[in-house]
Amino acid sequence: MRYLPHSDVDRQAMLASIGVGSIDDLFADIPKDLRVHGLDLPKAAGEMSVERTLGRLSARNVSASSVPFFVGAGAYKHHVPATVDHLIQRSEFLTSYTPYQPEITQGTLQVLFEFQTQIAHLTGMEVANASMYDGSTATVEAVLMAHRLTKRKKAVLSGGLHPHYRAVVESLSPMAGDTVLSLPADPGATEDILASIDADTSCVVVQSPSVFGHLIDLAPIAAKAHEVGALLIAVFTEVVSLGLIEPPGAQGADIVVGEGQSIGNALSFGGPYVGLFATRQKFVRQMPGRLCGETVDAEGRRGFVLTLSTREQHIRRDKATSNICTNSGLCALAFTIHMTLLGQTGLARLARVNHANAVKLAESLSALPGVSLLNDSFFNEFTIRLPGNAADIVEKLVDKGVLAGVPVSRLEPGKAELADLLIVASTEVNTDDDRAAFVAALSEVLA
Amino acid sequence: MSMNSQGRPTVAATAATSDLPDTFTGNRALQIEEALLFEVGRHDVTGVDLDEPADFKPRLGKLARQQPIDLPGLSEPETMRHYVRLSQKNYSIDSGLYPLGSCTMKHNPRLNEKMARLPGIGDVHPLQPLSTVGGAVELMAELGRWLLEMTGMTSVALSPKAGAHGELCGMMAIKAAIAAKGETRNIVLVPESAHGTNPATAALIGFKVVTVPARPDGTVAPEAVKALLSPDVAAIMLTNPNTCGLFERDVVEIAAAIHAAGAYFYCDGANFNAIVGKAKVGDLGVDAMHINLHKTFSTPHGGGGPGAGPVVLSERLAAFAPLPFVRAGEDGPVLVESEEALLPGETPFGRMTAFHGQMGMFVRALSYMLSHGSDGVQQASEDAVLNANYVRAGLRDLMSQPSGDRTCMHEVLFDDTFLEGTGVSTLDFAKAMIDEGYHPMTMYFPLVVHGAMLIEPTESESKASLDLFIATLRDLVMRAKAGELERFQQAPRYAPRRRLDETRAARSPKLKWEKPEPWVEAAAAE
Repeated sequence: MRYLPHSDVDRQAMLASIGVGSIDDLFADIPKDLRVHGLDLPKAAGEMSVERTLGRLSARNVSASSVPFFVGAGAYKHHVPATVDHLIQRSEFLTSYTPYQPEITQGTLQVLFEFQTQIAHLTGMEVANASMYDGSTATVEAVLMAHRLTKRKKAVLSGGLHPHYRAVVESLSPMAGDTVLSLPADPGATEDILASIDADTSCVVVQSPSVFGHLIDLAPIAAKAHEVGALLIAVFTEVVSLGLIEPPGAQGADIVVGEGQSIGNALSFGGPYVGLFATRQKFVRQMPGRLCGETVDAEGRRGFVLTLSTREQHIRRDKATSNICTNSGLCALAFTIHMTLLGQTGLARLARVNHANAVKLAESLSALPGVSLLNDSFFNEFTIRLPGNAADIVEKLVDKGVLAGVPVSRLEPGKAELADLLIVASTEVNTDDDRAAFVAALSEVLA
Repeated sequence: MSMNSQGRPTVAATAATSDLPDTFTGNRALQIEEALLFEVGRHDVTGVDLDEPADFKPRLGKLARQQPIDLPGLSEPETMRHYVRLSQKNYSIDSGLYPLGSCTMKHNPRLNEKMARLPGIGDVHPLQPLSTVGGAVELMAELGRWLLEMTGMTSVALSPKAGAHGELCGMMAIKAAIAAKGETRNIVLVPESAHGTNPATAALIGFKVVTVPARPDGTVAPEAVKALLSPDVAAIMLTNPNTCGLFERDVVEIAAAIHAAGAYFYCDGANFNAIVGKAKVGDLGVDAMHINLHKTFSTPHGGGGPGAGPVVLSERLAAFAPLPFVRAGEDGPVLVESEEALLPGETPFGRMTAFHGQMGMFVRALSYMLSHGSDGVQQASEDAVLNANYVRAGLRDLMSQPSGDRTCMHEVLFDDTFLEGTGVSTLDFAKAMIDEGYHPMTMYFPLVVHGAMLIEPTESESKASLDLFIATLRDLVMRAKAGELERFQQAPRYAPRRRLDETRAARSPKLKWEKPEPWVEAAAAE
């Protein structure tokens, strides 16, 4: 087996040094009747063979780069510069562990410090952690944090929150003893969040752009929440939007969470992604997750360490702020490198290109007979109403070589009133030809 | 020393306490000081070429950004150099032995990276029409098949994103199962040697944690468990092999007692890599166990993550696996995403994450499994255990073992009694290892052992590599005993940084870069 260095001669010599006769003697603590003798699985395969097997599976999927592609709703197809993937595959980043020994992990630690700074600036908040698993789990961590801060137990979830994010909060929070009030999904963006906020509310969770693509003015919601002593948790699934729209921090958010996949990270069928988490300085000791802080070494030189670990479970055990004990280090690295390449100039331009492409597509699609656009404002994603079942139409578009978007019924099954809605995303990867292909194909399908 | 954008120092260099001559830049040949991005980047620089969009009418309503983001950029060559230099300040498994016990740092085959970047794997969206992702669903089903065969369990939840997230998933399934029976059990038993994530997970979902004392060797006695059982006990969370590197010999008896009390057995699978192909946890009476794919099946942990924590479930819990999950269908595996698609008897407790889990890690783990095969995964476990015992045998006369000199599993536990009277602390000893070119072992864990040092060499290490490691540790022990105190207290001398002031970092947390006050910059430009 090519990954195992020992020869049988080595093994025999080592057993002799240990002073046992056979390898089985080392497993003596496993009761004999529980020992396994062989697994019903294939034998070892060489490198070529593994490539063939996985290559066959890969070939059965349609890759986003191979067709005009407009699928979003929480994950987005963007171009990642070649430099990013090269750098994250450097051995010293890729095969390093959690930086428990700071003297020999300054590379990872400085990257995390830079990442935290970038996220704080992007979101308009004072502090950020060193990343979470993804946007959805970051959202539930934010809700739990709001409960700790306010000592209240009721979360109000906007109907524009991604239904899967909502499901994650609804699964975990009640087990922690919380009440979750989920407002109905409302593609018309008329839901009244303000009316649901009361004196028992610990937090209001609002996504902007919403899952339907609407840009939400967070300021009045923040004001109402603060009036009753509740916190505003702002959520985003498309971090590129922050290049062009007002950051949640400037709109009064207390905790900002989101998905960072769009910057530097592949689609990968849903993971690994990178959760972003930022808040105000005064809440820092209630934050979940890892934090990297600046300090000095014995010679007075600047250096970085993991810090505030008294919040974490290896110290606090059952009193920890969260059970999370890892971060998305490598995905955060990819994010940071891509963001460094962009800078504020590049991010703003990338966001404008995304927005421009989406505006052009929305105009073309909504000009088709029977198709209407639901959004007044949007960033790179919007919702259209089709004259028919959206999921069926999407399947017909697959046959025409276009991946058209996410039918709302995929996220909100069983709701007939939403079955004709399609969420469409457009990014910098979409060309004029892609848009023309989509419009032509949809026009044919609807004809 | 840090530099401003003109390359001038912004703070005075401090007097070096080392006996090495100072350099103007602070650099030491290949060890180059690297300023923060925010000190070298410029706000008008970008390393990405994009054309400004042609005329269009924005539709942002009144929410267009008012202020610039305040983030500098770097050109592509500057970016490359910045991150290459930073990478050079990291230890990694590709550069040397990384014996972190319970963390399992083994070889990361690059074939796995190549497979994760296949266009039909890495470039596929989680919400594409299911008709366009048949290969992805089959890959998940195949991974599940391997995990179930290796564990002897009934079903698998693939979506948890890390080991601790898997723990949460397993305990949520247990909580749901208890609720489904109409019971209210609120106590979870956790041995004192457990990972901190175990009590944190149980507490997070509202359980009260009761600690189970350990025997002197770190294992759990059935009597200790039985003494704590009551109708309020929901589950036990037991790590096996445990964090002292020992197999829990009485696991079957413990499981039987737990089940007899109407409770569930959660197994922390962090150390599964010791027993793959040697024992099936299903045979031990386990009801739920997470599997750290990144540890046992070697997917890179990249400075802290990502991980992946699929959970295997017994028949008693199978129906509660969260959405989404893969089910066998007539024409191949089916991805079940919503409650509308459930069959009678399927009662998922909810959803752990937005999408299907860590596909990027699934493919790496499956690539690893296919490469090893049924024979290789067993050989890997045997070699991991062989290597740990070889290290034990090489050090047992010099370093003290809290459990006495007995056979261990894939990791060997020492304590610091061998340092008594030397003045060298456990931490000093670890830092001295850095100067020898090694990443230290896991220190101060498990908590039940004073001055614990947990070494996990893994199956990746050759005999020659282990011989040098053993010889190095023997040398350090003898130097400590010979009174070379300064060598330890001054360590590390040769790392990119000397010891860092962690107290200062925690007392006045500085968690992001702040622009220096103008007078500091002005003084630096003088």
